[in-house]
Amino acid sequence: MRVGRYFHSVTLDAEKCKGCTNCIKHCPTEAIRVRDGKAVIKEERCVDCGECIRICPNHAKVAVTDELAELSRFRHTIALPAPALLGQFGPDTLPDQMLGALVGMGFDEAFEVALAAEAVTYAFRRIIESGEAPGPRISPACPAVLRLMQVRFPSLLDLLIPIEAPMEVAARMAKKQALARGSLNPEEVGAFFITPCPAKVTAVKQPVGTHASCVDRAISMAVAYGEIRKNLSTASPVPLRATGPGLGWGRAGGEAMALARGTVLSVDGIHSVIKVFEEVERGRLQEIDFIEAQACVGGCIGGPLVVQNPFVARVRLRNIAGQHWAKTSLFTPAELEAEFASGAWHMTRVVGPRPVMQLDDDVQRAIGKLKLAEEILDRLPGLDCGSCGAPSCRALAEDIAREDADETDCIFILRERVQVLAEGVVDLASKLPPAIRAEKKKDGEPA
Amino acid sequence: MTTEAEPLVLEFAVQGMDFTAAGEAASSIRKTCMKLGLPARDVRRVAIVAYEAELNVVIHAWKGTVRALVFGDRVELVVEDSGPGIPDIAQAMVEGFSTAPDHVREMGFGAGMGLINIQRHADDLVIESVVNVGTVLRATVRLGAG
Repeated sequence: MRVGRYFHSVTLDAEKCKGCTNCIKHCPTEAIRVRDGKAVIKEERCVDCGECIRICPNHAKVAVTDELAELSRFRHTIALPAPALLGQFGPDTLPDQMLGALVGMGFDEAFEVALAAEAVTYAFRRIIESGEAPGPRISPACPAVLRLMQVRFPSLLDLLIPIEAPMEVAARMAKKQALARGSLNPEEVGAFFITPCPAKVTAVKQPVGTHASCVDRAISMAVAYGEIRKNLSTASPVPLRATGPGLGWGRAGGEAMALARGTVLSVDGIHSVIKVFEEVERGRLQEIDFIEAQACVGGCIGGPLVVQNPFVARVRLRNIAGQHWAKTSLFTPAELEAEFASGAWHMTRVVGPRPVMQLDDDVQRAIGKLKLAEEILDRLPGLDCGSCGAPSCRALAEDIAREDADETDCIFILRERVQVLAEGVVDLASKLPPAIRAEKKKDGEPA
Repeated sequence: MTTEAEPLVLEFAVQGMDFTAAGEAASSIRKTCMKLGLPARDVRRVAIVAYEAELNVVIHAWKGTVRALVFGDRVELVVEDSGPGIPDIAQAMVEGFSTAPDHVREMGFGAGMGLINIQRHADDLVIESVVNVGTVLRATVRLGAG
């Protein structure tokens, strides 16, 4: 995998891309342009939400994940299944069978991310109840939302709960346990997250709340699903240890249910998240204690790498969570408090802004460019047709002001110019100098 | 004395009682501030002032305009409306004072915090009003002052 300044799981399969412009309009950060018949992702703007993967009719937008063959690189391998995985299977597949089949893919053990979600829930509760924030605290669990905040809502980063997502906490817990058994070196242990989305892959390769992720590889849930199905009948069951509140994290509203206190706003779907964040920034949601925000509609079960219809997955996950709701947790309250107090789950790096939306580093020059863009916009047709490769006429006008595009990229302007030119050519064609007029007359004479 | 560069001017028409479009002007102004790379704290202050002023027009006035003038060192918001006007501006600036009708309050608006919020987040605020004619609100957010 390539890791440049920005790593992105979301990438283009250029062979499949027809340059159709469907994706450019759905991108929440206007990160895509079509150039030379192919979509081009502006790396600094992409938040890996996967909206373009969902919308592309040619499946040309793909999420790069790790291969199963990577398992052979480690002496001891741990599967970290996201809670959403349980929602992928029918009612006849018991969670214990599913976990057994997952381990049967070639792992030494499984550590459910839902277990870490229970711990993270505890940490959220402690931080929310400490009450040290000028507004509602925001969940850091969805990596696409985290990156959206960096790019579009930097003023809200202070409200972020500085705890790692359950995936990261699960890896820390699982590795600690594995190493405590004594016979392994840290580099021999590989933690493999079974991911429902590309944003989590990016969170593994290029985390924002820590310098290096404890998760070593990310396997697509769709790939794991196929392998698990193959093993279901032969694998020996592995008991599900997580309880309902942790398992519920796999769907929208699950964090709120697990918290079970305070006034919680749950929002899913990245465009709805943007609307809610605007409200938060205006200081309008003072009665809210906590915001659970997920980029995918339905939460993680709606991720671009899941197999099952998210509405079906939601009811299945809800049933499983319900069956395991009253079960005794693996952790005692005293253990949770001790771990929380030790800072074991905290982010180790401040999540800062990623100012990439601006037209120029200098405000005065940016004003100049935007004024130019407004003038250009007045000349554009305002149809937002996308034929120029930009998501809207406004985006094209800004690209032109930034010298990333040309006015004739607009097919309407191009047509106008061609028309003017054609009229000029016709006009000129009828105007011949006298000397040639005489020549022509001669030519026209009968032989 | 150096002459100041012409500001970037954004202008939006606002219709009284049109709650479906309420906030669009403020949202657009916010987006522009992000594109200009203004400091996050100032973007937030501009967003709040613009939103509250826009909502005041929607709730109380017949119609109006929201204008944002962006200079290199400040954002000036000028919100003009034709409407009932404010008879007693000092009273209107008291926390919780509101003349919003019940059906507007039921929507969660008109809690008497709008002008207070504007005052809190703007560096300068001037309100002029003539009863049964309209109101002009001028608020300035100085970059880096918040």
